[in-house]
Amino acid sequence: MRASLSTDRIDRAWIVDRIVQVLMFLGGISAVVFIVGIFVFITREALQFVFSRFDVVEFFTSIRWAPTSTNNATYGALALMVGTASVTGVAMLVAIPFSLGAAVYISEFATGRSRETLKVLVELLAAIPSVVWGFIGLTIVNGLIIDVFDVPIGLNVLNAGIILGLMAAPIMTTIAEDALKAVPDRYREAAEAMGATRWQMIRRVVLPAAKNGLVSAVLLGVGRGFGETMAVLMASGHSINLPTSPFDSVRALTATIAAELGETAVGSDHYGALFTLGLFLFLITFLINLTADVVVRGIRNS
Amino acid sequence: MNGSESILDVRDLSIAYGSKTVLSGVTLDVRENEILGIIGPAGAGKTSFLQAINRMDAFNASMKVTGTLNFLGRDVRAWRNAYALRRQIGVVFPLPVGLPLTVYDNVAFAPRLAGKRSRAELDEIVERCLRRAALWDEVKDRLDSLGSLLSGGQQQRLTIARALSQDPVLLMLDEFSIAVDPVTTMRIEDVLKELRQEMTIILVTNLVQQARRLADRTAFFLDGRMVELGSTESLFNGETLFPETRDYIEGRFG
Repeated sequence: MRASLSTDRIDRAWIVDRIVQVLMFLGGISAVVFIVGIFVFITREALQFVFSRFDVVEFFTSIRWAPTSTNNATYGALALMVGTASVTGVAMLVAIPFSLGAAVYISEFATGRSRETLKVLVELLAAIPSVVWGFIGLTIVNGLIIDVFDVPIGLNVLNAGIILGLMAAPIMTTIAEDALKAVPDRYREAAEAMGATRWQMIRRVVLPAAKNGLVSAVLLGVGRGFGETMAVLMASGHSINLPTSPFDSVRALTATIAAELGETAVGSDHYGALFTLGLFLFLITFLINLTADVVVRGIRNS
Repeated sequence: MNGSESILDVRDLSIAYGSKTVLSGVTLDVRENEILGIIGPAGAGKTSFLQAINRMDAFNASMKVTGTLNFLGRDVRAWRNAYALRRQIGVVFPLPVGLPLTVYDNVAFAPRLAGKRSRAELDEIVERCLRRAALWDEVKDRLDSLGSLLSGGQQQRLTIARALSQDPVLLMLDEFSIAVDPVTTMRIEDVLKELRQEMTIILVTNLVQQARRLADRTAFFLDGRMVELGSTESLFNGETLFPETRDYIEGRFG
């Protein structure tokens, strides 16, 4: 018998395997550590304010955000929330048709070189810094809106929404395209063999099969919309307002934090209030992601 | 129907991928209400032949088809609406492709493409096609579950039901039994025998005996050409003039 127990020893490969497993575990667990860490930090900074000065009713229903008022500081965040939501809403109206259209074209129609070129260009678009987008909003889109709609100010919900939509579209396109590519070709062939036209095949087979990925692409765009700061700060007009039309200027939650945090004394009510806004943003984003997860899981199970 | 009219008339068909010819000089006719068996080893050009018929070459830019393929009297490449052509031809692939839809929606797919909307009408088509594919009894209680959750043999019968829902003139099966257990294979063979009354069938098969059991006439493809086409009976009774055919049928190669 050639085999013997002498091969049963801890060798290099065994050790390397163990080390790699530990490293991978640390990599995986780090996401949890960071999330919990950030949550704890933001909450700690916010809690002081929440327990002393915070007024739930005022925070969620008042549009008076006047933290620097010396004798009557108020912390109503409703206008900021509506500002963020309205800009994100317009952004999605812009981004969803653009990104899904681009993704379907790249995945289903474009071939060979044009397809590769398009993919590279879309990825390049995603790499443009947000301050550049903000600048475009401030100059080009601003002028366009004033000219086209004949309004006095072009820095408003529409402007920020367009800019944000264009910003979010590339990454949404990339994710949506990945989702479409993941649909096996045999589905396409089977559908076309039955006489489905291209569009019938896309609408009835490919899009439903890619639904999970498409939903995540859209929700990622929504998350991006809530979180984007610089471009929104520059393009939205940054004035506290409950918008009644797309031509009203608004102020976003993120922009408020960015613009004011540098001016506050650490530990002051104003400082705590900004962290409370941050906590609120964090919870909203968490909720969006959770919803995405539940939706995707629901689709997978049915 | 007298069973002798030609549904498909193929003349001097050649197929190449780039510079590589996979099939050349094929001339044959497919007659109404017959089962035409096509046998031959892998790489003989059988699948490419089927793809040329329903113009699936449109999906492969390097695939080049020459010669004529008259389907119902018009060359398939002269059909202005390739989709309408494909709706007349049912295809069953080697590996079952259950679309990522429910059992019901899989079978209702083609009728819906054809514009049928009424639930009652669709219900009727779905039941009829599933019954004819010998699958109804097994799935009638779970029409709303995903087609891909069925077993392999059931999925293959689902694809047959789906092909039937097109109400095709011509049904093409490409090695349908490759991923199916023997019992299911026999059930599908019984189904095909009945379908012969209503449509014309091209049966590409890797099982020589399957052609013998089912086909009225059998063509033998080898290395990109058609060696011969004759009545199944004569081919299997050793009346062939070609030693390759005899060797293949007797299992000496393949």
